[in-house]
Amino acid sequence: MLDQVIFYLFSAVAVAGAILTVTRRNVVHSAIFLITALLATAGIFLQLRAEFLFIVQIILYVGGIMVLFVFVIMLVNLDVAVRQLRFARQKWVALLISLALAAQVGLMLWSTGKMPGQGVPVLSAVPADKLPPNSEEVAKSLFSSYLLPFEIASVLLLVAMIGAVVMAKRRA
Amino acid sequence: MATDTTKDAREKQKTLLGADELVLNMGPQHPSTHGVLRVKLKLDGERVIGSECMIGYLHRGVEKIAEHRTYQQFAPYVDRMDYVAAVSNGLGYCEAIEKLLMVEAPPRAKVIRTILTELQRIASHLLWLGTHALDIGALTPLFYCFREREEILKIFEKYCGARLTTHAFRIGGLQYEAYDTLEKDVERFCKAFESRITDYEELLTQNRIWLGRTKGVGILKAAEAIALGATGPVLRASGVKWDIRKAMPYAAYDQYKFEIPVGTTGDTYDRYLVRMEEMRQSRLICLQAIENIPSGPIMAKVGKVLKPPPGEVYHAIEAPKGELGYYVISDGTVQPYRVRIRPPSFVNLQAFDKMARGHLVADVVAIIGTLDIVLGEVDR
Amino acid sequence: MQAVTQVTTEFVKQYWAPLLCGFAIVAILPLIVGYVVLVERKIMADMQARLGPMRVGPHGLLQPIADAVKLLIKEDIIPEDADKLVFWLAPVLSVGAALLAMAGLAIGPAFQIAKDINIGILFVVGVSALGIFGIVLGGWASNSHYSLIGALRSSAQLVSYETAAGMALVSGLLFAGTLNVTSIVQAQYDQGIWFGLLAPVAFFTYLVASIAETNRAPFDLPEAESELVAGYMTEFSGFRWSLYFLAEYTNMIVVASVATTLFLGGWLRPFPRTHWLDFLDFLPMVLMTGIGIYGLLRVPKQPARVQQLFMLAVAGMCFAAAFVLAAPVLIPFFKSSLIAAVKPYHDGILGGFWFIFKVSLYIYFFMWLRFTLPRYRFDQLMRLGWHFLIPLSIINVLVIGVAMILGSHFHLEGWQLLLTTIPASVLALIIALFILNAEQKSEPQRASGDASDTYA
Repeated sequence: MLDQVIFYLFSAVAVAGAILTVTRRNVVHSAIFLITALLATAGIFLQLRAEFLFIVQIILYVGGIMVLFVFVIMLVNLDVAVRQLRFARQKWVALLISLALAAQVGLMLWSTGKMPGQGVPVLSAVPADKLPPNSEEVAKSLFSSYLLPFEIASVLLLVAMIGAVVMAKRRA
Repeated sequence: MATDTTKDAREKQKTLLGADELVLNMGPQHPSTHGVLRVKLKLDGERVIGSECMIGYLHRGVEKIAEHRTYQQFAPYVDRMDYVAAVSNGLGYCEAIEKLLMVEAPPRAKVIRTILTELQRIASHLLWLGTHALDIGALTPLFYCFREREEILKIFEKYCGARLTTHAFRIGGLQYEAYDTLEKDVERFCKAFESRITDYEELLTQNRIWLGRTKGVGILKAAEAIALGATGPVLRASGVKWDIRKAMPYAAYDQYKFEIPVGTTGDTYDRYLVRMEEMRQSRLICLQAIENIPSGPIMAKVGKVLKPPPGEVYHAIEAPKGELGYYVISDGTVQPYRVRIRPPSFVNLQAFDKMARGHLVADVVAIIGTLDIVLGEVDR
Repeated sequence: MQAVTQVTTEFVKQYWAPLLCGFAIVAILPLIVGYVVLVERKIMADMQARLGPMRVGPHGLLQPIADAVKLLIKEDIIPEDADKLVFWLAPVLSVGAALLAMAGLAIGPAFQIAKDINIGILFVVGVSALGIFGIVLGGWASNSHYSLIGALRSSAQLVSYETAAGMALVSGLLFAGTLNVTSIVQAQYDQGIWFGLLAPVAFFTYLVASIAETNRAPFDLPEAESELVAGYMTEFSGFRWSLYFLAEYTNMIVVASVATTLFLGGWLRPFPRTHWLDFLDFLPMVLMTGIGIYGLLRVPKQPARVQQLFMLAVAGMCFAAAFVLAAPVLIPFFKSSLIAAVKPYHDGILGGFWFIFKVSLYIYFFMWLRFTLPRYRFDQLMRLGWHFLIPLSIINVLVIGVAMILGSHFHLEGWQLLLTTIPASVLALIIALFILNAEQKSEPQRASGDASDTYA
């Protein structure tokens, strides 16, 4: 019961935050609501006892990326941004994509509801001591079963980094 | 959206990227503009691309007041210009009027004047050091400096009863005879001061952060310094060996041996070194002077009512901050016809824009600090 | 309605202990911070040849309370053009993040709010980093140039130094093999040596980075009073300002605690497994008794009766603390049967003392630096971070890893590990200095170069 309440609380906050993110005119307010949404997602991770994911979500997305976002936003002249049209050209594309996404989610809910013995996925609390240490498990699976994807992702990031440096150097 | 012209869009793009300049107004209420200096800075990011000093917030019309006071009555007013070096101001004024009157202060008065003026130079430099270090972020030197300055002010207080605006000298000499233990007090101070100044140097001179903050910051080349009329430590740090105490000796400076420290690059660090060395030299002058204070009268023969013959005179002294000049015109009455004062801070402040361009906001406070301005003197 | 009650009772039943601790922290921490500030002012005064606060209470001991009252009853000013919502939110965010980070810390084997979370140190670091939003948003919301520049500086500084601090933590964590706070300290007990000694370079890097992260001098540029008036806090006053202040000092306590846990052996006394140093267990009580006696001696010198009584009370508190610290050490002498029963209290009480003692030393070091050093300039700060600390910390992780592999290859344990880690640390330092040198040669005087690298 408690777990469900907490889950729905976090979900509601996340969804509300996401909606407010795209509807706010003030970019800084949007950023704040995006942070809220991200934090709520982190809360859901924590509730699922995925502690490592929780903290990675916070450190990377909230503490890292969002700080940079906000940093850039600070340099923006807000008056101009506020005067600009909300929902620019991508309005229809965005609507289409969200409709497709909504259809997918609906289909998933509908189809799982159809299957015998399965309703809407219900979360059950897993006691913390039943789970093996979280971060160690993540590390093990990353460096054994998922080594190749891990390395590929690293190379991708390296490429991005070098690309950024090259572009910055050329400009300077 | 479709109605947006391309030019409009480009304009928006420019502002969105934050490419426009930022105008930052520093002062007149800002902790490190040393009073009520107001500086308008044009910034690109944090880099200064232009600056404008706005002065006058402390203007009291000192020069105009002079025209409505007798010569003696005006003397206390000059203390209120560079209020951290009141004794030097007074010396300059008294000597200028003495020149106008064609009298000379007796030797004893001259020596005592020299001692007090050099102590005042140390006090002024100490105040500069403390606030300059504070601007650059070192909190502690300020309190050490004030401790030493306090000793000097105590000597002043014992001598004439005032600490800040002393009005220590009179036209023609001194009003007060030196108190009994003046020599001893000065000697005690000078003895203690030597190790104290070494302490400050230990805190700052070789400190990496201090070097990083002052070296190469606010460079003023010798030619520029001369062209801008900079004087005092600001000029000497640029490598120009010009000190009125040597070039045109006044008071009793011709009797004493002292060095004129000069810098090489003219950056903030050099100005720091020059002022530190000047404090040492001032200490040496004081020590030489107390060894042999001639006896005799302390006041030359001047009347109760001063009526200098018509004429004009310019007299400059080496105040702690640079050349402090008084240009006095007499029309033969008891009041001066015109007194024009050349304050070192005012002229040195001209160099600010030249020094600040291309530096960061953080350097601006270092540069204001290194110019060692006193707004009371700039605005008069 | 019933469902709500049910959920609430379930929640309280499950989490009453952490909740209570949380309330305790929120209630007590402002007081602790107030006294940290008083101590800072006293230390500052001592270093600057003056007395510091002396008026409120004997030796100014009640000054924090007077300050708090003053701040609380001050007028609450919100600038006309400020973004009201964000202006309201920012200080709360700042202080909230700092307080939340406290939850992950363990003062002793038993004192921890979020008990045995697997991510331990990572939680503390990650959550405390959220406080930056309070600073950035506060600076932006004030709608003032000084605030905005302070906020920009702050975020750039934090992002840069977070990397170095994180890498330094990784070096330490390599020895621990776990993120769990309790296990980290246990690992240091097992090794018999603090990780700060095994990885001195990492400790140094963390020390510098943590000063920068908490915006303390010589890295206090976001609030450099001589340049930016008060940086991001310029427009804040009264209670909001005090929230920022609280956050800053809480953050100091947090970083000091992290360093203590990972590098200085947490609640372990120095050299925890060297038995001839067991007499160190008596040190806490001797120290407290000494302070108490000093307080007693000062009683007659107090000018007023109230102050004398107050001083007496302070001395009494010191004696009480000494008594509590002495009990677990002395009881086994009288009744040897009680050794086992006293053991947890022994660890808990003395451990708490050692932990707080180390944290205090760390914070004292912060203050010492603040009153000694001038302030860095922003580009110098960035250069120090990116050109020296980050390469140093990354190289250090590499060489420490190699050193550990070598160590396990030769079956080195505890102190013997120094044989491999010390040369490794020296190597890291040399390489980093070499890089710094090469960097400086290739870029002569970047300071006068373009402005775009100011926020690097």
